Amino acid sequence: MRLWKALLVGTGLSLSAALAQTTITIATVNNPDMVTMQKLSGEFEKKYPDIKLNWVVLPENELRQKVTTDIATNAGSYDVLTIGTYETPIWGKNGWLVEMSGLPASYDLEDVLKPVRAGLSYQGKLYALPFYAESSMLYYRKDLFAAKKLAVPAQPTWTQAAAWAKQLHDPSKGVYGICLRGLPGWGENMAFLSTLVNTYGGRWFDENWKPQLTSPEWKRAISQYVELVTKYGPPGVTSNGFTENLTLMSEGKCAMWIDATVAAGYLANPKTSKVADKIGFAKAPVAVTPRGAHWLWSWALAIPKSSKKVDAAKTFIAWATSKEYIELVGNTQGWVSAPPGTRYSTYNNPNYQKAAPFAKVVLESINTADPTKPTLKPVPYTGVQFVGIPEFQAIGTQVGQFIAGIVAGKTSLDGGLNQAQTAVEKLMKEAGYLK
Amino acid sequence: MTHRSSLSKARPETIRPNTLWLLGPAMLVLIIWTQIPFLLTIYHSFRRFDLLNPERQGYVGFGNFVSLLTDSIFWTSIGNTLVLVGAVLVVTIVVGLFLALLFYQDFPGRALARTLVISPFFVMPVVSALIWKNMLMHPVYGLFAWAAQIFGQKPVDWLAAYPMQSIVAMVSWQWIPFALLLILTGLQSLSKEQLEAAKIDGASAWQEFRYIIVPHLAQTLSVVVMLETIFLLTIFAEIYASTSGGPGLATTTLPYLIYLKAFAEYRIGVAAAGAVFAVILANIVAIFVLRLIGRNLQATKGGMG
Amino acid sequence: MSEGKRVRWELTLLAYLVAGVMFFPIFWMFLTGFKSEGDAIAIPPKLLFTPTLESIREALTRSDYAQHFLNSLISALGSTALALLLAIPAAYSMAFYPTQRTNSTLLWMISTKMMPPVGVIIPVYLIFRDLRWLDNVWALALMYTVMNLPVVVWTLFAYFREIPQEMMEAARVDGASIAQEVTRVLLPVSGLAVASAALLSIILAWNEAFWSLNLTSAHASPLSVYVASFKTAEGLFWAKMSAASMIAIFPVMVMGWLAQRQLVRGLTFGAIK
Repeated sequence: MRLWKALLVGTGLSLSAALAQTTITIATVNNPDMVTMQKLSGEFEKKYPDIKLNWVVLPENELRQKVTTDIATNAGSYDVLTIGTYETPIWGKNGWLVEMSGLPASYDLEDVLKPVRAGLSYQGKLYALPFYAESSMLYYRKDLFAAKKLAVPAQPTWTQAAAWAKQLHDPSKGVYGICLRGLPGWGENMAFLSTLVNTYGGRWFDENWKPQLTSPEWKRAISQYVELVTKYGPPGVTSNGFTENLTLMSEGKCAMWIDATVAAGYLANPKTSKVADKIGFAKAPVAVTPRGAHWLWSWALAIPKSSKKVDAAKTFIAWATSKEYIELVGNTQGWVSAPPGTRYSTYNNPNYQKAAPFAKVVLESINTADPTKPTLKPVPYTGVQFVGIPEFQAIGTQVGQFIAGIVAGKTSLDGGLNQAQTAVEKLMKEAGYLK
Repeated sequence: MTHRSSLSKARPETIRPNTLWLLGPAMLVLIIWTQIPFLLTIYHSFRRFDLLNPERQGYVGFGNFVSLLTDSIFWTSIGNTLVLVGAVLVVTIVVGLFLALLFYQDFPGRALARTLVISPFFVMPVVSALIWKNMLMHPVYGLFAWAAQIFGQKPVDWLAAYPMQSIVAMVSWQWIPFALLLILTGLQSLSKEQLEAAKIDGASAWQEFRYIIVPHLAQTLSVVVMLETIFLLTIFAEIYASTSGGPGLATTTLPYLIYLKAFAEYRIGVAAAGAVFAVILANIVAIFVLRLIGRNLQATKGGMG
Repeated sequence: MSEGKRVRWELTLLAYLVAGVMFFPIFWMFLTGFKSEGDAIAIPPKLLFTPTLESIREALTRSDYAQHFLNSLISALGSTALALLLAIPAAYSMAFYPTQRTNSTLLWMISTKMMPPVGVIIPVYLIFRDLRWLDNVWALALMYTVMNLPVVVWTLFAYFREIPQEMMEAARVDGASIAQEVTRVLLPVSGLAVASAALLSIILAWNEAFWSLNLTSAHASPLSVYVASFKTAEGLFWAKMSAASMIAIFPVMVMGWLAQRQLVRGLTFGAIK
């Protein structure tokens, strides 16, 4: 804002050099790793004194809405967008993003995990660089499990998970059997629920784009979920997204939590977690099939075509996704908090191996998630926990609301799924997928 | 021609300024930013315009309206809007009337008490949504949950279990002061003699209320109802910041649905069709309000030619 | 008589009680703003605690709070100034030189206030985009001007109408131009009306959230947008949220207390006097 600067200049608070600066606006999500990035950005400004950073930090659902509106209307409010494996290929295809080419050799693109790079490309062109990447996995409280003499295998099943939740649920002591996402949103509750439906053998659409929300697989998966969160979950599930569950788990309020692998570094860190030494890690539970049982996602940084400051934006993105930045986090915040899932070098780093007991599970989960074969039955789309079509934001969020309605007891299971099916069919017809 | 006074009639016409220059700018700003955009909304409501599918554009006739009218979500949102407006009206009128009678009395510290009572009206809607959602209604750390525990009840997740009721409570809290202020103003023109006379005739408090106060307030109450309806039909921030229209569709009102269609589904055409309905709905009420204001204008002008 | 007194005493107590209940959520928020995060979510709730300015400091340093505050200030004051600039001549001409169309003009102006903002958000958004006005605080102020203009015009018109014509005549006879007539005669006597119209307009603009949420994204976001970004629990930063909210609502609440009476006239367009 020029006036603001003028005021500062007028009061002699700022050097005239400040006016020669390029200010770039970065839209990002309020997850802990991004908050750390914001905290450490002073280092970047020291290194590149002619670039000033302006942050817009929003909850996930709001961020997605804002960023999508901005890019689709070509409004150009942001220079750096935080987007993921869902948006990047679609927006790249629409010609909305600046291609991430011409990176310096020191960036070492080959060091970035292959599946993660593939997820951020369209027709072989890279449109975003990954800030961190994740799959999903099971977190559990080793102490509570031991007290009940329960052992967690490397690959748990949903039947086991349900039984554990029941045994460990003890609200009088402030411990809930299982925490799961319930906040409606395609990237919130539906990300988790898509993997649940996948592993129960279900799918979003059949080969002809007919929605499958009333199929027996969906009903089984959703009824399992509703039973778990209403009987053994914390109160207020429908307002809990990733960050809220992260808080609950780190405060020691959940016996189990199935969510993004990126949480591991936060939960295992005594600075941010009350139960750092008591957290166990296992693969995400499976039911009928391992296909699509855990997701693949990366939060990445991209530049919209509408940006007038592509060079400065690229400089920032290269810094925030570099080995150097990972080192910086490792050295200042502790290696356990280093951004996971993006670089082979992180996983080969002895410091990281020592600090992150979960590294192996995470890497394996990321490498085994296959967005091109996400389900047991064939599907016309790619994406494990999302459907790679532009309409999915609307579809996922609407279905997410219907499922929250079932959890809150506003509709029956069948009623809610029928409504959701009707709504999705309508959307798909109007978008021209269905005759 | 008008006649304000004999003097104004005698005023020579030559010094009558060109009012166009005085009135014009204000009129122009309003026309440019309200009337023209509304015409554009109508234009968009007949076109397909999907932001995420830029290549699919064009004239679709009544397609968007059909899409809306055949959508159960649309009817649910209309129903929710009417329930929200209706419930808040009842609560604010009843409580507002009761409080107005209470504050009509003269008691020490009345001004301070009244100032405290009307404060919620000046709180940013976004802020009041957050206060209610978190500090009062949070199922674990909220004050209501704590109160429930004291009385040995199970804490309730208000916004999930009773979403509409919670929103009604929140919005009513903000609008009770408005009803109270208006009714209090109406009460002040009540003639003391009439009340005294009724007392001497041995009327009970109830009869006083029923036969003197309520008839006197008839016009005031109708104004409160109409104005509140117009303001409540556009409630947005409270829902945006607390429930996001959920859970399910429980608190999706028409304005929120239009917002979702435009800025979450990126279907501009369908959103525009919804907006046309929203304007029609508001106009139904607005016509009555304008009639009333118009009548008042006439009355004070001493008969317009 | 004694009976009458007893009733009065009970009613007085009741009135205090009601006032307390209505004000309580605001009071609780103020209290929470001075707590540490731990105290903010303590169960049972803490009435007595060691106050700290930590949360307020934190709120002020997060995401450039000053910038949002400044945006609120610019959009509220800017829109109010512009609304007055447009409304004073309009109200003057309608009050002192009414024509046959004056009433319908006034009613039409009021009717624009009754148009729901969702009815025009889409074209306005697209026009703003094409003009490169999105995320511009002055453009937001323009929308607030449009929103408040009818209220301001009406408030001023109602007041001007009460001013005796003769006063203006006297100025005119001395050969004053219209501008002089307005600035030297009209405004000095109607200071109260202008002030109350301005207060009302500032309050409405300051608290507005629909336009600000949809038309701003970063640089121009006022406090309403900033506070809304606390909408998810985000690890229950209630003290910070309360501190941020407190600073956001305080100036306007004080204005509201001052403008209690004028509020009724302004918002009812004289339907209730």
